[in-house]
Amino acid sequence: MLTKPASQDFIKGLWKENPIFRQLLGMCPTLAVTNAVINGLAMGLATAFVLIFSSIVVASIKKLIPNQVRIACYIVIIATFVTMADRFLAAFFPPISKSLGPYVPLIVVNCIILGRQESFSSKNSVGRSLLDALGMSLGFILALLVLSTIREILGAGTFLGHQIMGLWFKPWIIMILPPGAFITLGILIAISLQIEQKAKNKLQRR
Amino acid sequence: MELLAIFIAAILINNFVLHYFLGICPFLGVSKKLDSALSMGLAVTFVMTITAVVSWMINHWILIPYGLDYLQIVSFILVIAALVQLVEMFIRKISPPLYQALGIYLPLITTNCSIMGLALLAALKNYNFIEAVIFGLGSGLGFTLAIILMAGIREQLDLADIPQPLRGAGIALIVAGIMALGFLGFSGMIK
Repeated sequence: MLTKPASQDFIKGLWKENPIFRQLLGMCPTLAVTNAVINGLAMGLATAFVLIFSSIVVASIKKLIPNQVRIACYIVIIATFVTMADRFLAAFFPPISKSLGPYVPLIVVNCIILGRQESFSSKNSVGRSLLDALGMSLGFILALLVLSTIREILGAGTFLGHQIMGLWFKPWIIMILPPGAFITLGILIAISLQIEQKAKNKLQRR
Repeated sequence: MELLAIFIAAILINNFVLHYFLGICPFLGVSKKLDSALSMGLAVTFVMTITAVVSWMINHWILIPYGLDYLQIVSFILVIAALVQLVEMFIRKISPPLYQALGIYLPLITTNCSIMGLALLAALKNYNFIEAVIFGLGSGLGFTLAIILMAGIREQLDLADIPQPLRGAGIALIVAGIMALGFLGFSGMIK
């Protein structure tokens, strides 16, 4: 962890330390809002907004925060941005805000955000924290998109509200209900571990 | 009758873990052993009930009368963080054995989204005071039920022959999915 290139800060969030598939953080919103692609996308963007701005703020004022009360400070900073995101969605996209329900305010307890502040932004410069936050957000959005695409296509036969499966297709209602979320994510995590294992084996054989 | 309906619904139908997906982190993290799952469940139930009381008071006595409801998120999270600290100190003074049993699980609860979710949901559903308390207690018990069932299954899973990549989180999520499927069966009980 000495001098790694700055690009590494960005790229690691996409796959190697992907918040959902690797670190298993922020599972609650992941499972709850991925019943339709549009919800997953909105949630991903809202979380990205909060994560990026709180990372910038925490990284810039880290010297001013006393160590004992740092968690409380982080939470207040995060909560401020979450309130902004919540109000923004409610004002400009009321239908999305309605379908996301309490999960937008709940970004405040999303462990990804607090985790990044504690483990990265509080120790690194503003620029690197920004890269880290961008990478993590992108990884989070990608994971949400994969999950919600699978669930919406199989569960409703649509993608972003457009019918894409033929009329012969009977939607698997279970996929947009809670059990579908758990099972799909479980299988996706297994697949990502399998790919990782394959890559590692290849590396060893070389 | 209304109260009973809220109570049953919070435990079985709108189960926090299996229906609202709240508190997944402890649900997956602390469900490897039956007794630690029980302690976690009790700690959550305890804090949830108190949170329901306090967040209701803050919401109805301070935030709504003064038109400050846009401060809901900030005030709830701060209150929960302070509350967990207080509860921890209180239990340590009053009942050391209980403190020993709940131990490290209490501080973990602050970042447990189910507590924050409870405060927000109770505010969203416009419950009155008694209803909010019953909702808090029921939700806590529902969480306890889910995490205990999960721990019981996972203790058996240790002995099963599971494909390598599915081990750990993968199989746990699939088991949770099947449990959620089972809990869907309760949804016809109350309209």
